[in-house]
Amino acid sequence: MIEIKPEVDRNQLEAELQKLEQQLLELSTKHNIPISELDKRLQELRRRVEQLQEQIKSQVTPMDRVRNARHPDRPYTLDYIKLLCEDFQELAGDRRYGNDPAIVCGMAKFRKRPVIIVGHQKANLNSRKTEDRKMRNFGMPKPEGYRKALRVMKLAEKFNRAIITFIDTPGAYPGIDAEERGQAEAIARNLIEMARISVPIVVIVTGEGGSGGALAIGVGDVIYILENAIYSVISPEGCAAILWKDAAKAELAAQSMKLTASELKELGIVDDIIPEPKGGAHLDHKQTAETVAEYIDKALKFLDSLSVQERLLRRYEKFRKIGSFELL
Amino acid sequence: MAWFKRNKEKSIAPEQNEEKVVKTEGVFTKCLQCSQMLFKRQLEENLQVCPKCNYHFKLDARSRLKLLFDNSEYEEIDQNIVSTDPLGFVDSKPYPERLKKAREATGENEAVISARGSLGGHKVIICSMVYDFIGGSMGSVVGEKIARAIEAAINERRALIIVSASGGARMMEGALSLMQMAKISAALARLDEVRLPYISILTDPTTGGVTASYAMLGDINIAEPGALIGFAGPRVIEQTIRQKLPQGFQRSEFLLEHGMLDAVVERKQLRNYCIKALDFMMS
Repeated sequence: MIEIKPEVDRNQLEAELQKLEQQLLELSTKHNIPISELDKRLQELRRRVEQLQEQIKSQVTPMDRVRNARHPDRPYTLDYIKLLCEDFQELAGDRRYGNDPAIVCGMAKFRKRPVIIVGHQKANLNSRKTEDRKMRNFGMPKPEGYRKALRVMKLAEKFNRAIITFIDTPGAYPGIDAEERGQAEAIARNLIEMARISVPIVVIVTGEGGSGGALAIGVGDVIYILENAIYSVISPEGCAAILWKDAAKAELAAQSMKLTASELKELGIVDDIIPEPKGGAHLDHKQTAETVAEYIDKALKFLDSLSVQERLLRRYEKFRKIGSFELL
Repeated sequence: MAWFKRNKEKSIAPEQNEEKVVKTEGVFTKCLQCSQMLFKRQLEENLQVCPKCNYHFKLDARSRLKLLFDNSEYEEIDQNIVSTDPLGFVDSKPYPERLKKAREATGENEAVISARGSLGGHKVIICSMVYDFIGGSMGSVVGEKIARAIEAAINERRALIIVSASGGARMMEGALSLMQMAKISAALARLDEVRLPYISILTDPTTGGVTASYAMLGDINIAEPGALIGFAGPRVIEQTIRQKLPQGFQRSEFLLEHGMLDAVVERKQLRNYCIKALDFMMS
């Protein structure tokens, strides 16, 4: 049996767990070993499996969450749309400059109800090769992406349809073209407009909540976050490079910034945490989407019970009270 | 035998007479753009603008308030709001220590000063950012003070002016800092609904979450000449695209050219420009 050192990385633990589970299965199906011997070895292995499961649980560091949030197999917006909605019709373009593939928008039916979906997209629906990721600019929107999102959200407002947004981006794209076309203005405009859009807005942080690039589609009435998703003011690597002058200190930065779901709930930034399947959302898209659907349903039912005025006042106060300060 | 003999009695060493020693330290400063040696006094009288090349040095937050308000008179508000350490953040030093140092160095409680007064006879509230306070970074207190200033403007029917000078959101307060962008923008939406003016003045430098929220949301957005303004900082962009950035990129004039500003206004004209705009919007 492999000896576990006190500090091993999680992937290694997971791999060993898988191996042990496989061995258990093999053992229980083999009959050429005496029953007593089999029993003994089975029990031994079971104990070991439990031990490892405990160890994995207790060793999930904030940086593990970051890795999980960035997992290349994690469900993206188009996966959620496929699993949650019917009759999805994509709406492209900002009517000003272009169509940004890093954000997808469209009309859809969620449990028979017409809704507008807006979300970051890091790759293609059934293809996640490097060229797919590149085509989506790795989910880093340019101003036209945010302007498309706003245009479509205004459409939702006009026709009185609820808005559901999915957040999963490393951040807004930092490039010359993005700056030229007013990245800052595009984000700022979304913040002020989303604060007063009259229809219900449900926000779900599904992966990486990368700073202003995430918040620009993240102002809403109810904000949920997936168990392994993160939301932060800067990437742990960026924070480490600036404050520790060493990008390798990302682990430390991730710990300091309080970017995990439970920490964000404590800070009052998110309303609730959506549990993920064992091991993470990437292992079971279907089950993840089913849980997400329940939360969306719950949120929409609650928001429907409020008047427009009540909802907008609640939305204002929700953000108005975020922060920590004292009076001298 | 030496050809010349040193006459020790008649030394050419400078006289050590106190009155004749020329003290230059603290009197002169070098222009960061044209390298001209400038009298500090002269620079001060010229509002920290180089008389030779018009380079705009950084102007401290209080001088800014004096420059803008009528008769340089104002009443400071919300000066008693201070930061806590919500995350227990420690990098090279603990956050509370960083705050303490910033307070000692600037004599200010936080990275923004809010004040009430009049400008060209119009009732206004001006928020002026303190760049020397942790890079003018926006944490919970900056968010709270600006949100309160906006609410006060609404309640007292005043115009709002925010003078930005900031590196962006404050990392030491994590996502709480990020959320201040949404908080202030939501308050600005209310100001907009009641049709009160908001003039955003962008000064060197204004980047990150401050640009991507209130600094870009003015009814009028103006900037001082040569100010660095952008979403991502130049270093981040260079690292991303692995190219040197073009000359003048992300400077006020570049933003004007790309349609992000109403005007680039020289410091000397700033007060007059605001008065004209307020005359149009308020009377």
